[in-house]
Amino acid sequence: MADTTTSQGAAHSDSRAVAFRGGGFAPRPRRWVGALVFVVLILVAEWGTRAGWISALTLPKPTDVLETFRELYESGMLFRHLGPSLSRLVVGAAIGASIGISVGVLIGLFSYIRSGLVPLVAAIFPIPKIALLPLFVIWFGIGEGSKYALIAFGTFTPTVVATYGAVDNVDRTLIRMGQSFGLSWWSIVRKIVLPGAMPGILSGLRISLAIAIILLVAAEMLGAEYGIGAYILEAGSLYDLERLFAGVVILSLLGVTVSTVIGAIERRLLNWRS
Amino acid sequence: MDIRLDGITHAYDDFEVLRDISLDIASGQIVCIVGPSGCGKSTLLRFIGGLERPNAGRVLQIGAPPPDSLNPLTYIFQDFALLPWRTVAGNISLVLEDHGIRNAAAQEIIADVLARTKLSDFSGALPKQLSGGMKQRVAIARALAVRPAVMLMDEPLSALDAQTRELLMDDLVDLWTRQPFTAVYVTHNLAEAVRLGHKVVVLSRRPGQIREIVSIDTPLGERAFGDAELDRHQKHLWQLMRDEARAADAELIHG
Repeated sequence: MADTTTSQGAAHSDSRAVAFRGGGFAPRPRRWVGALVFVVLILVAEWGTRAGWISALTLPKPTDVLETFRELYESGMLFRHLGPSLSRLVVGAAIGASIGISVGVLIGLFSYIRSGLVPLVAAIFPIPKIALLPLFVIWFGIGEGSKYALIAFGTFTPTVVATYGAVDNVDRTLIRMGQSFGLSWWSIVRKIVLPGAMPGILSGLRISLAIAIILLVAAEMLGAEYGIGAYILEAGSLYDLERLFAGVVILSLLGVTVSTVIGAIERRLLNWRS
Repeated sequence: MDIRLDGITHAYDDFEVLRDISLDIASGQIVCIVGPSGCGKSTLLRFIGGLERPNAGRVLQIGAPPPDSLNPLTYIFQDFALLPWRTVAGNISLVLEDHGIRNAAAQEIIADVLARTKLSDFSGALPKQLSGGMKQRVAIARALAVRPAVMLMDEPLSALDAQTRELLMDDLVDLWTRQPFTAVYVTHNLAEAVRLGHKVVVLSRRPGQIREIVSIDTPLGERAFGDAELDRHQKHLWQLMRDEARAADAELIHG
């Protein structure tokens, strides 16, 4: 024993520390880094447009965009555009997501529904929903109906796919456990299948809701007087880049908000995950 | 309530797993089923509880279960099968809710079974906060909550480390001594079998057939660690199983 302590102190000429080669592959959240990336990009754009190495036709000056945004807010037009857009988004996405989750659960549970609907979902998933806009106008009219339908249809397919995948991944031993305790079919679905599928459903919703925001602009291409999409399209057709960007910033903020809300729901509903 | 297995034979496709198993499980006894891996012992347990149907043969209940039993045939699973999104108390209340037992009545049962499994301080904990041994005690508490006539235990201690396994075996013996229950206990661990079993059923390798039924008469409470009588039984069981286990080990895994 004494031998080892002395040899530890007196380093041999051929001894060296074992090189560390573990670690990594475990990204952790770093606060403010995300915000910093935005700030740096905006500062570069501001510097470039002021110094002149980015021409005014390529990119508007961020301060001008901010000014446009301020005017929009002060004139009260911001909320006249935001209000209808938000209601279209909420109604459309709620219809699409709820039908999507229901159909996804049914596909996950019943053989005939699965065999019947999975090919159908696969067939309608790749259709650009924007291409169907005229059809929706004929079916649901030029008013709000066709806009709700477009957004609902666009959120429906990714939600279905995410939901039935999530139901497939629910631990079967938990379902066997429910059966072995004599739980009713409905109890098993409500208390075991749905909570078990919740992580997958929520991550599917992240994608579906981003698609809903994309489709919002498409829906407002037709016969919308107010709405963020209408505002952007109008600015785009006039090549008014400041207003175009102000609109785009609103959509981005909307996306960040939706993602934050889902993150908060996940933290609340899924705190049981280790 | 007794259970009788009558000529159980089962095959998955043309792959025979169990052949002509007939067995009586008497009330108040723990019957251990041991056998090499893949001999169909877990499948047999699923037949007894009605989670799967054999190709031939019948599982019979003889006599009515006690009137207060909510779920006469109740499993304890190897991997605990706790809902990770429910607390300890919530996992137990899950199996009571469908019987219309809620609020005060449920609280009373939950408090009682948690006390019996020494978990009273953990009723608000989530499964992810518990060790493997604690999780299995929650599963045992959940099983006790429905007052089973027969407990069907599928390698309940196999996912635990050796020390925890000893502690839980003591707990099971305590539970049985205070209030004898009927159990079918599937395991591949012979030490568990001789410690807990009134009868030990040895299955052969696939297709599983009963090779021998060993009765151990020492009362459960008196079976100490390193008991000479138990050692003798364990050696005997190992001799029965060794060749089967070796042959089973050399087979290709199917399915």
